[in-house]
Amino acid sequence: METRSVNDGLDYSGDAAAGSFFSSDYKRHDDLKQMLDSNRDNLKLEAMKRIIGMVAKGRDASELFPAVVKNVVSKNAEVKKLVYVYLVRYAEEQQDCALLSISTFQRALKDPNQLIRASALRVLSSIRVPMIVPIVMLAIRDASADMSPYVRKTAAHAIPKLYSLDPDQKEELVMVLDKLLSDRTTLVVGSAVMAFDEVCPERIDLIHKNYKKLCALLMDVDEWGQVMILNMLTRYARTQFVNPDLGDLTIDGEERPFYDDEEHENGDDGEEKDEKGSSEDDNEDGQKKKKLAGKKKGKEEEPSKHKAEMDPDHRLLLKNARPLLQSRNSAVVMAVVQLYYHVAPRPEVNIVVKALIRLLRSHTEVQAVVLSSIAAMSTSRQSLFEPYMKSFFVRSSDPTQIKLLKLEILTNIANETNIPLREFQTYISSQDKLFVAATITSIGRCASNIKQVAESCLNGLVSLLSHRDPAVVGGAVVVAKTLLQTQRSGSKPVIVQLAKMVDRVTVPPARAAILWLLGEYCERLPHLPPDVLRKMAKTFSDEEDIVKLQIINLAAKLQVTNPGQTTLLCQYILNLAKYDQSYDIRDRARFIRHLLFPENPETSKLSKYARKILLSSKPAPILQSKFKDRDFQVGSLSHFLNTRATGYQDLPPYPEVAPDPSVRYVEPPPSTVNAHEPIDFGFDSTHGKKSKKKQSKKLSFYSESEESQKSEGTGSESSSSSGGSTNNSSGDSESGTEDSESDSAESNKTDKSEQTGNSDDENTNEVLPSGKLKKNAPTVSSGKSKSQQATDRKVVRYKKKPNKSDTEEEETNSSSSSSDATKGSSSSDSERSYKKKSKNKNNKATKHKDASNVDLLLDMSRDSKATVDELTPPGLMGSLSGEIMNLTLSPSPQFGGSGTSTFGQIQTASAMFIPTKKTELINKISSGGVQVSYRYTRSPHLFSPLMTSIEIIIENTGKVPLKNVRIGQTMLPNGMSINEFQPLDMLDAEMGATAILGINFNDTTQGAKMDMHWETETGARKQTVTFNPKIGELIRPVTMSESLFMAEQAKLRGMNEHEGKAFVNKTLVSTTTTTPRHSLLVHRVYETVNVLQVPSVEDHLVRFAGQSLSSQTLVLVTIHLPEKDGTALVEDEDIPVAARIVVNCDKIVIGSMLAQELKEALK
Amino acid sequence: MIHSLFIINVSGDVFMEKHWKSVISRSVCDYFFEEQKKISSPVDMPPVVATPHHYLITIFRNNLYFVATTTTEVAPLFVLEFLHRVVDIFEDYFGECNETIIKEHYVIIYELLDEMLDNGFPLATESNILKELIKPPNILRTIANTVTGKTNVSCTLPSGQLSNIPWRRSGVKYANNEAYFDVIEEVDAIIDKNGSTVFAEIQGYIDCCIKLSGMPDLTMTFVNPRSLDDLSLHPCIRFKRWENEKVLSFIPPDGNFRLISYHISSQSIVAIPIYLKHYISFREGKLDITVGPKQTMGRQVEEVSLEIPMPKSVANCNLTASQGRYTFDPVSKVFHWDVGKIDITKLPNIKGSISLGAGAGPVEANPTVTVHFVINQMAVSGLKVSRLDMYGEKYRPFKGVKYITKAGKYQFRL
Repeated sequence: METRSVNDGLDYSGDAAAGSFFSSDYKRHDDLKQMLDSNRDNLKLEAMKRIIGMVAKGRDASELFPAVVKNVVSKNAEVKKLVYVYLVRYAEEQQDCALLSISTFQRALKDPNQLIRASALRVLSSIRVPMIVPIVMLAIRDASADMSPYVRKTAAHAIPKLYSLDPDQKEELVMVLDKLLSDRTTLVVGSAVMAFDEVCPERIDLIHKNYKKLCALLMDVDEWGQVMILNMLTRYARTQFVNPDLGDLTIDGEERPFYDDEEHENGDDGEEKDEKGSSEDDNEDGQKKKKLAGKKKGKEEEPSKHKAEMDPDHRLLLKNARPLLQSRNSAVVMAVVQLYYHVAPRPEVNIVVKALIRLLRSHTEVQAVVLSSIAAMSTSRQSLFEPYMKSFFVRSSDPTQIKLLKLEILTNIANETNIPLREFQTYISSQDKLFVAATITSIGRCASNIKQVAESCLNGLVSLLSHRDPAVVGGAVVVAKTLLQTQRSGSKPVIVQLAKMVDRVTVPPARAAILWLLGEYCERLPHLPPDVLRKMAKTFSDEEDIVKLQIINLAAKLQVTNPGQTTLLCQYILNLAKYDQSYDIRDRARFIRHLLFPENPETSKLSKYARKILLSSKPAPILQSKFKDRDFQVGSLSHFLNTRATGYQDLPPYPEVAPDPSVRYVEPPPSTVNAHEPIDFGFDSTHGKKSKKKQSKKLSFYSESEESQKSEGTGSESSSSSGGSTNNSSGDSESGTEDSESDSAESNKTDKSEQTGNSDDENTNEVLPSGKLKKNAPTVSSGKSKSQQATDRKVVRYKKKPNKSDTEEEETNSSSSSSDATKGSSSSDSERSYKKKSKNKNNKATKHKDASNVDLLLDMSRDSKATVDELTPPGLMGSLSGEIMNLTLSPSPQFGGSGTSTFGQIQTASAMFIPTKKTELINKISSGGVQVSYRYTRSPHLFSPLMTSIEIIIENTGKVPLKNVRIGQTMLPNGMSINEFQPLDMLDAEMGATAILGINFNDTTQGAKMDMHWETETGARKQTVTFNPKIGELIRPVTMSESLFMAEQAKLRGMNEHEGKAFVNKTLVSTTTTTPRHSLLVHRVYETVNVLQVPSVEDHLVRFAGQSLSSQTLVLVTIHLPEKDGTALVEDEDIPVAARIVVNCDKIVIGSMLAQELKEALK
Repeated sequence: MIHSLFIINVSGDVFMEKHWKSVISRSVCDYFFEEQKKISSPVDMPPVVATPHHYLITIFRNNLYFVATTTTEVAPLFVLEFLHRVVDIFEDYFGECNETIIKEHYVIIYELLDEMLDNGFPLATESNILKELIKPPNILRTIANTVTGKTNVSCTLPSGQLSNIPWRRSGVKYANNEAYFDVIEEVDAIIDKNGSTVFAEIQGYIDCCIKLSGMPDLTMTFVNPRSLDDLSLHPCIRFKRWENEKVLSFIPPDGNFRLISYHISSQSIVAIPIYLKHYISFREGKLDITVGPKQTMGRQVEEVSLEIPMPKSVANCNLTASQGRYTFDPVSKVFHWDVGKIDITKLPNIKGSISLGAGAGPVEANPTVTVHFVINQMAVSGLKVSRLDMYGEKYRPFKGVKYITKAGKYQFRL
């Protein structure tokens, strides 16, 4: 056993005392068995450790299997873990015994501890015994629906394991996979995509519905998952989106950017350009001009055109992948790079270069892979790396493989302006012979590619010919030969010099090269070649094969051109060759002999053409990078090896026409039976579409009207129940409770009419205009076509997308989360109608013109209502708010049902409480009679929704009238803005006035400082005032469903979560028959923070949702009350109850301050 | 994905193997050895070797080869990065990662490997999570475990695994709350014969040692964040904040980690802290080198040392150094001069004669000098931390920032 010595060492260290005791294998195993059978855990552990030691060393420990497998039930965690490790290793060999352990795992799969469930599944699925396939399948299916994301992740991992064990299970596994792919936990998604890649990469259709989610979650998935997702999405993008560069004139060589640069550079010195023009073939030059012209024309139109054409989803992917360039993981960076390289529009690829260069400081192995990718990219896109040329300069300390790759890149990106000849010169003096040889080849390549430097390169090579190192000289000769060959002119002095070196050069390829050159140019140098041939004839038998062949070659050519001097020599050489050891040479000699010295000159047809055969003009060799035309996906194993690896999938070419992009917009129906329905919708006949739509619409309305009917019993709740989700009606209910009776009556009427089946668009349009004049328009529309409205709004937002990327992201989030909410619910009908509407949107765009107008009006009416709120006396509002709150927010069972699930969107709502407390700004004593105070109105400011509205109350308590009261200079911190109120021209004595000021506090509680000016008869005065906002006023309430709330909250865990504990008086939370649950507590929260309660069915907690004004980040407040039954609460009113306040907000400052404020408020 | 892992030492012993899927015979390593024979130095081992049925993906670290095998197409960087992460974790657990350590802790190593990969796909690679699952060894715990019968393996899932911040373990408690930041910058440069800079760039890191209780939320601001335009971030950093405000805001992992690494490329101007005045001629057999500080912003240059790989024909050196010690290894032909601090009033100098071996041909080219140095309390790029704030916890931590400039790959072509 070759590893014997090492093994022994390991034993001693693992178990120093026992190791020496048991020298023979047999005895040792016997002892181990005893230890495993004992009752003591530490003995078992010791035995397991030693067995694992054997496994680690690769020694056979299989005979212990029965003894080990018994311990799978061990209570000791470490023993168990080691048994698992052992089991996975040997189960395949000992299938029968392995089955003994299965029941233990099956039990563990039901364990309450998620880690135990997960590891049981891990081991069970790793046991490669075909007999247990059904058990594993069952376990995977169960685990994929597990509560714990960790277990679901393990289930995802188990899928490829089972697939490799039994490919027949594929169909069922794909179904499970489909479920896991739509999981929204970052932990699961990465593994699910990995499983997808291994099991069914061809089922691209599974990705459609998850595409946006994957893009959105990309940032938060763990790094390994990111790599998998990016690679998969690259392929996806290639199948789903059209080429973003389509229509580009120079698709072939990717040369456009290259020449772009060139033009910029040459623009400065036209001289060089002329030179270039003259030195190049006319043909090529002309082509280039055409390209330049084409490019100029294209530049104006095409880029913009492409941008417009690019699928927003395509853009989304690129946008979301981009931050990952900053990852610390080189694999992630490379995944982004290949995504951009293969899928992004050409001009955008530039952004990845910097990150690639950064990777060059990583470990050698990483460098090697990165450099080979760069080498391949640089063959087609020189311009990308040109600015970073210096980063590829070679250090003497680099490993040879790195040196060679860097040199390759330098050669690829060299052009006439930047060729690093001086660097190359330095490299030639390196002590690394391999590298020197490569450098010489590189110089040759530069010379043949860049006409301008060809001359100096050749001269450099010639100077190398006098180098002391024969290898260098040899390399130089070979390269010089190739160069001379590419240059048709073939400079004579160089050839002469080379010919003279033939004695000195010892490297066989170099000698061969010189001989070939002489033969090729023998007509131009009449004297030299015969002489060389004479020398060669002398040494023929001592030469290498490659040289011998060239000697024969030279002899033959001379025989043709200069028979007088060389016939004898030629025959002599051919005779020598006839008896050579190598059959190649004998063959060649025989062929030449028959060609040149035919036995029957008359009959030999070939010899007439000897000249043509031997001295035909040969195509010049093309010197190009060996990295050129690597068609594999950059960064893949196949790309690195340049051979197709097992399992490599070709990157598909872009489709000519993009497949239907709507597949990604739509939500899939919950059941697999309907899996193809979303696609069908797109191609349905108009008739079918309409009827289906009608039906679904009817259903959705039906359910809704049912709801409103139910709620009618409780008075005005109908308006509020629908208002819980639409922004309009809550304001409505505030404005007039007496109206609600008629409201609900009317809405009921319309509902009924729709129940009869004519709920068509026309109908809606008819009703709406009439309704819009009335005050109750919002209720009508919301009661009737809520979902439609929601989709309307959605479409409007979609249109906005290209300009505002942030909203786009938000949109995707909210839409995906809404979809989730819907999926969970039972009412798939309403969901379907929702979905369909969003699809038919475009067709109906024209029809909906009126409707969208109405929409606008509705918004306006809401705004006007908001101003109405402002105008109503604050006292009244305050007293009313309590009642209204009770009416609107008592959680009703409907909320949990279809009502909310129909649209889980976040929408702003108006405030539930308007503070009445005024804060003094300017005291009348200090200012001489002018009293200024302010309060927050909690209504959206008309100028900008980002602003907090502040009502300023100016009272003139003095005896003289004030003139021109206004805001003067403002001193705002960065990011804040203000909308001043209209200056008050005149304020009579003993009079008061109010004005509305809007300040965008930019989500900070920094004070807004400003001067207030006013004039009296005696002169102008000013005073500096500061508005210090409370954090609660920087938030506006939003409506959302409970499920959405939970989903959003789940995203804002950890650092975004702030907790506080407050002891709340029991009265705040007590439940009596007259006041709904927690109403006082809710009220207290409203007083402090401008949020809106989220309807919930849970007793012991209250949820509130809001949104910060300027950044619109969600603010989620949860107040947990101790869970107690009703009886316990009545007992003692005085003992405070401990309430836990949890605030989730992306902005940490807001979250922590809010938690603090609430804590104070609830005390 | 990753099928198996073999750990091989330089003498060619496969002393550990681990399989995540069905067992691959270790004879597959023969292809590796075959490839190894072709190369002159271990660093030249190609990272990927194709064999008829497997692909071997190799890293070489701490004189050990870690060879992962895979049977199908996989992104090579994925595996390479993972292998490096494995070594990082080992180093984190045991202080260092060499053959002895691995053999000593083979059980923990095996448990770790089992936890890190599931079916060849990474499962948990955050050191904070792993440390909760499998406790790192220390003597106290070993004794305690023997007495109480507890184990190093946890039976509950680390909370980090499920949270949004998998890098931090929960329930961290320290008596002294400290946060140390080392801003380290390495200057890479090539300076040619005439003293002009061929190329220079800076590779910077911020390494942290954070020992803070609870869930601290840290915010680090820089005086001049503009110079940081190309950087890689630890996943704990909130990217959006950095993008918008150029502020590093993060909940740190517990213990040591690299917060960011940044790269200031050769396109911007980089200060060259040290220069060399040299005369070397093998024909005359003379060598004369003087080292001096250049752009050091008044800081002292310390730990200066020079390394010159001499041509093979050099037999011996006979030099006198005005300061420090020099050595010449006649086998590897490496000349090493340990200079120490640079005294500006009297610049360190070394001169004397070099003798070439008998019969050796004349030397064609001059060697390259690699210089090492350290400058404390200075970041050569001018990066400066302006403040560090902590939110989310009540205590006041002790905070410290240290700046170091070092030579990276700093070479003079003579």
